[in-house]
Amino acid sequence: MIELINVSKSFKGVKVLKNISTKFETGKVNLVIGSSGHGKSVMMKCMVGLLKPSSGNVMYDDRDFTNLGYSQLREVRKEIGMLFQGTALFDSLTVEQNVEFTLKMFTSMTPAERRDRVDFCLEQVEMKGINNKFPAEISGGMKKRVGIARAIALDIKYLFCDEPNSGLDPVTSRVIDELLKSITEEFNITTIINTHDMKTVFDIGDDVIFIYQGMNEWSGKVKDIHSSNNEMLTNFIKASYFD
Amino acid sequence: MFSKPEKLSVYIDRTITEMNNIGVGSLSIVVIIAIFQGAVTTLQIAYQLISPLIAKPVIGSIVSDSSMLELAPTITCLVLAGKVGSHIASEIGTMRVSEQIDALEVMGINSSGYLALPKIVAGLIMIPMLVIISIFLSNLGGVIAGEASGILTYEEYFQGARESFMPFNLLFSLIKAFTYAFIITSVSAFQGYTTNGGALEVGASSTKAVVYSAVAILFSDYLLAQILL
Ligand SMILES: Nc1ncnc2c1ncn2[C@@H]1O[C@H](COP(=O)(O)OP(=O)(O)OP(=O)(O)O)[C@@H](O)[C@H]1O
Ligand SMILES: [Mg+2]
Repeated sequence: MIELINVSKSFKGVKVLKNISTKFETGKVNLVIGSSGHGKSVMMKCMVGLLKPSSGNVMYDDRDFTNLGYSQLREVRKEIGMLFQGTALFDSLTVEQNVEFTLKMFTSMTPAERRDRVDFCLEQVEMKGINNKFPAEISGGMKKRVGIARAIALDIKYLFCDEPNSGLDPVTSRVIDELLKSITEEFNITTIINTHDMKTVFDIGDDVIFIYQGMNEWSGKVKDIHSSNNEMLTNFIKASYFD
Repeated sequence: MFSKPEKLSVYIDRTITEMNNIGVGSLSIVVIIAIFQGAVTTLQIAYQLISPLIAKPVIGSIVSDSSMLELAPTITCLVLAGKVGSHIASEIGTMRVSEQIDALEVMGINSSGYLALPKIVAGLIMIPMLVIISIFLSNLGGVIAGEASGILTYEEYFQGARESFMPFNLLFSLIKAFTYAFIITSVSAFQGYTTNGGALEVGASSTKAVVYSAVAILFSDYLLAQILL
């Protein structure tokens, strides 16, 4: 479980996140929704430590991520996998080397064991047989899948995805969604997904937090979205039916 | 099984790859520059010293000394600032703007160390070697130009070179090479790492890397001459 306690973030005096408190539960697909520029990516970056919150705490199962020492921080980081919006695959490395990267860095696995693990991860995302291709040689959807495979190479507990469907066709989007859902359930991890794709929300979402102008405007179960009478949320949902 | 620190072997692998990029990748340009620079220096010294009173080996001694003391290390490294420096800055800069550096950080890897260290170490090993090759080849260029133009024979050239050779000059040349190697790799890695923005900014970082390295090289060239000579 990941918990945010009163997390705020300002850039040069401009408050982008305002006192956000929320919980993301283990074994569930937690969704973060909200319009462009309202702070979803900033919130995710604060959670994984790429940005330091101006105030507040991020707790990883009782470990206060914001106040950990270097070596403890590193231990938590090995439990984190992240799929970046632009995938951020290492473009000088092949698909196999990308997935193998953290294994090489942090484990004492033999080359054969690593190869098995890489194959296992690529199998999970249905991307076997492209081990020796470079990121520039595969399509956007394939890159996302390889990005997921790289994120789950170590035995992670927390998976972060920043807009996993952006730039993908509807069919591929559904495939990626199902993939994230099944990985979450199979490995019982805490998955957090930033999205503005309402189809994703209703297909695979368990819990949702709606970020509006940097605030936790609404949070709850996906099934309760339609019965909500929060004006901002209903406007957001309505708008998405026309895109 | 998933709890080992970052592996030394990964760093060694990366350093070897970078040594190949920096060293072998720059060999041809260094060879060309060194030979021509030796040849041209020989012709120009001969032109300036045209007098029956000056023994021909003097030309060889001037060319070999100036190559060793100044031309081989400084010119080679100025060119490498352009070639290696821009490459390092654009590679790391691209990784920055495409969030690859963020990906390293999220994985728990010290990204600045992981990216810069192998390049700096590789530069410190390979660039002095390139400078030594350059010293050797500029003398070869001098001999070829001397023979081809009939200015002096290779015996006369080497007689002059040998008479004026001082081991300290070679040491001085290597001190320069190490200094410049550190400047090129660290300045360029820093420029790349601190890139902020998109593709355009990667280009700007790459340009800055070359300009700042070149200026730093010339400045330290002066300082080293002042301190050590
Ligand atoms: N490094 C930064 N420096 C200054 N301001 C920033 C920085 N990063 C984000 N912001 C600002 O924070 C606000 C929220 O940005 P953020 O990227 O979190 O939006 P988002 O909800 O993820 O939008 P999108 O759906 O388009 O990805 C924006 O107004 C943005 O300008
Ligand atoms: Mg975003």
